[in-house]
Amino acid sequence: MISFPILSVILLTPLVAGAIIAVLPKRFHETMRQVAALAMIIVLLLVLFLYVDYDTAAGGMQYTEYIPWIADLGVAYSLGIDGISLPLLLLSSAVGLASVFSSWHIEHRTKEYFVLLLILIAGVSGAFLARDLFLFLLLTEMVVVPAYIMVLIWGSSERIPKSEAAMKMTIFLLVGSAFMLVGVILLYVYAFPDGARTFDVTALSMSSVSGNIPYGVQVIAFLLLLVGFGSHLSMFPFHIWSPDGYSAAPTAVSMINAGVLKKIGGYALIRIGFFILPFGAKFWAPVIALLATINVVYASYVALAQKDIKYMISYSSVSHMGYVLLGLAALNVVSVTGAVAYMVAHGIMIALFFSQVGYVYDKTDARSTDDLWGLAHYMPYITTGFMLAGLCALGLPGLIGFIPEFTIFVGSFSQFPVLTVISVFGIIFTAFYVLRMLAKVLFGKRIEKFEGIKDERHADVVPLAVLGVFLVGFGVFPSLLMDTINSGVAPLSPLFDLVKDAPMISLFQGVDIWGGIPK
Amino acid sequence: MMEAMHFSAIAVEIAIAVLMLIVLLLDLLMKRVGRRILLAYVTELGLVAILWLTVSIYPTDGSIQSFYQGIYSVDAYSIFFKLLFLLGMIFTVFYAAGYVERMVKNAGEFYALLLSALLGMCVLASANDIITLFVGLELMTISFYILVAIQTENPFSTEAGLKYLIFGSGATGALLYGMSLVYGMTGSVFFAEIARSQGLFLGLGIAGMVLMLSGFFFKLSVIPFHLWAPDVYEGAPAPVTALLAMSSKAAGIAILMRVIFAAFPWAASMWVQILAIFACVSMIGGNIMAFRQTNIKRMLAYSSIAQAGYMMCAMAAASATGLRSVLFYATIYLFANIAAFVTVSYLEDQRGGADLYNVRGLAHHSLLPAGFLMVGLLTMAGIPPTGGFIGKFYIFTAAVDAGLLWLAAVGFVVSMMSVYYYLIVIREMFRDPEEGEVMNEHRLRLPFAATVTGLVAVFFALVLGIWAQPLSFLADLTIFQSL
Repeated sequence: MISFPILSVILLTPLVAGAIIAVLPKRFHETMRQVAALAMIIVLLLVLFLYVDYDTAAGGMQYTEYIPWIADLGVAYSLGIDGISLPLLLLSSAVGLASVFSSWHIEHRTKEYFVLLLILIAGVSGAFLARDLFLFLLLTEMVVVPAYIMVLIWGSSERIPKSEAAMKMTIFLLVGSAFMLVGVILLYVYAFPDGARTFDVTALSMSSVSGNIPYGVQVIAFLLLLVGFGSHLSMFPFHIWSPDGYSAAPTAVSMINAGVLKKIGGYALIRIGFFILPFGAKFWAPVIALLATINVVYASYVALAQKDIKYMISYSSVSHMGYVLLGLAALNVVSVTGAVAYMVAHGIMIALFFSQVGYVYDKTDARSTDDLWGLAHYMPYITTGFMLAGLCALGLPGLIGFIPEFTIFVGSFSQFPVLTVISVFGIIFTAFYVLRMLAKVLFGKRIEKFEGIKDERHADVVPLAVLGVFLVGFGVFPSLLMDTINSGVAPLSPLFDLVKDAPMISLFQGVDIWGGIPK
Repeated sequence: MMEAMHFSAIAVEIAIAVLMLIVLLLDLLMKRVGRRILLAYVTELGLVAILWLTVSIYPTDGSIQSFYQGIYSVDAYSIFFKLLFLLGMIFTVFYAAGYVERMVKNAGEFYALLLSALLGMCVLASANDIITLFVGLELMTISFYILVAIQTENPFSTEAGLKYLIFGSGATGALLYGMSLVYGMTGSVFFAEIARSQGLFLGLGIAGMVLMLSGFFFKLSVIPFHLWAPDVYEGAPAPVTALLAMSSKAAGIAILMRVIFAAFPWAASMWVQILAIFACVSMIGGNIMAFRQTNIKRMLAYSSIAQAGYMMCAMAAASATGLRSVLFYATIYLFANIAAFVTVSYLEDQRGGADLYNVRGLAHHSLLPAGFLMVGLLTMAGIPPTGGFIGKFYIFTAAVDAGLLWLAAVGFVVSMMSVYYYLIVIREMFRDPEEGEVMNEHRLRLPFAATVTGLVAVFFALVLGIWAQPLSFLADLTIFQSL
């Protein structure tokens, strides 16, 4: 039976829209925007349908599509979603839609802009759809060059020239993916003998569980993947591209890169790292946990010193990725569920933040806390957006960020009590810099310069509306999010049991700070 | 008993030689100067006919035709490479006709020499003994010496030709000396008999092998035999540079693989090490030296050093999958070069050179040429969805399969770092002018033929990235039949 290929439609709609825009005459700016917006609305509606329709009781990969593609490599065009990828897909389509509306006032080279933006959106959404490792790699690598060109043309040079920031971002991501490619090839070569090879993640995982990938290979391959995905995820010390990159990028690219592209790193660590290389994951878990803590503490400490709001948000996002890494490192169902949920929460929150800052920057040409005062007097929508995103960043209950963060800490405390406690204190830093910024920028004194400044209206409000609904909706009804994710993470449980007593790297021999709670 | 001579086996080579003579003759008979475009048409039509002939003799049943009792073997492997050379030449003659009209005075010799170079490559691909090898190699190389220097009024072209000649002669000397040592130690010129001889493993035999390999490494411009490449690539007329990068290199690869697998198979433990080390050095060195280049042709010279390194990685794997990935990658690299050099040639024609400031702002008004260059460069860099990504994937998978994990890791990392210098070109084409900066606002006009060639090359570079099946199947079949 051939069913409606809904996932292919989700993957290809942005690309088709991009092709339509590419053939439109140059002066039809309005039509180009509308085509892009329409495409993303269709995608979001389809994903919402999937979200409702997905059978969490059955779990596993659903809506699968399979077409053999490169036979001798064992590559297939193979799509599917499960409880882990579905919420992230929802994130990417929501952020995609919001980013189109955040780009509503792009008048310079509009055509190229929307074509590149739609390729970017298709690439990052496709990464969550792919069930085939090769397809996954192809889609994630495909977005790098469009992002580069977008930063180069529509970006802003505040602290360092945008061309430099763009190059830094691109080279870090690509060199990271070089390590990841080696890791993937390594596990691919070992999983099956020549002739029977496949890139299918489920088959690879099964092969690994039945012991085809030797222990040493798992350890090396996981390290390579960790370097690769760590640089996507801005894991310390591979994070240095991200503050410059996000700050120089145009609003929409910041939103997608920080909101979605980054999450591909975490997603891939689960999908490839945990499902295929559980022993490797166990071996390196303490390193991940340690780097996670450094991420949380160090980046939020740096964020304290930032005056440029975009830099502040960028560092806060690096610091928040520490929580995700901590949740992953603990290697249990609770913490990994928390980590996935937190990726969704953080994506929504950071995209909202960047879209609001981007709007303010467009209107005032300022984004430093030195220059911005008392915006709440003139801009109620912007104020709402800043408040929602800011309070979510510091983990206010009732917004999307709280429950996932809490879940991560619950899950990871049993594994890494000391590091978890240190990380929890990161929240205090976050609260400090976020609240200080909100107080001054929103509720500071009126200054003459901003009298008569226009608040968001019409299309500008869409990002706030779309992202705000998820931000509050999942905050008030967290089970909508957590149940789906849990159904996706639950299959990892036997793997986690399998590696429970496997050796871990020991960082400080003799000092048992990694061990569990004393019994 | 004497085996019958199958002249049909060398029909392709005969046809090329005849075509070359026709072109020379036409050039003499044509009195009026300036109507040399006709020569391009004749060459083009002749080459297309020869391509059709070559396709028709591709053995789908694995049979090997031979001439002169096996010293000249026409197997699937050699025909695959002949197709590659022919394709490269057809594309080059097609897109470069307008360039040659304006930039090359003696078009008659130009086309005749292209054909003699092509003949040399075809002989090289089929060579099954060291004498034929040498004849083919020299025919190709000497044609290229002249082609590089064919813009006699341009001192850079002349200088490049001289440099190529001097370095090339040294390399030929080394190769010849190596061949004589190998012959002396094994007592045969036939690859198959060399392979059977024990003499190869004595001191002088090993020295001969090493000298032969270094002769081939010169053709591939592998570090440290690369010194000629940047100057020659920069000084030569752009279409000739393109041929040096794709066809001459592919010919070097064809004969290197033939020699190591047919003549030195039992010495694999030695040359695997040598190839792996030189591949590693070339990948790293070529990419690093390309970083600071401001001339695109010069940059592509260093990039081609790195590309040779990638292909040698797969050879070092010494397996059927490795060989197959070399064939695949060489084909992809051909399309990448054509796409890039269409634009580079006409930059040279209309803007006097291919420096970075010549491409500044190109994407604003000449999107098509800028797109050709961009896709060509991204294919060389191996960024999806171009075919370069799959090509590199094949190569490094073969390397990991053969236990060369370190080589694959080095290769992937430097190939991703190499994106830096490709992106600099792309940046210059796409970025907006800075304040007070004046960009060249003249459109880059491509002749119709060049536009078509560029579109075809870009089409293949992209389609082979998305649908690699046909090419990988052909490469598979070729290797399967030739082993």
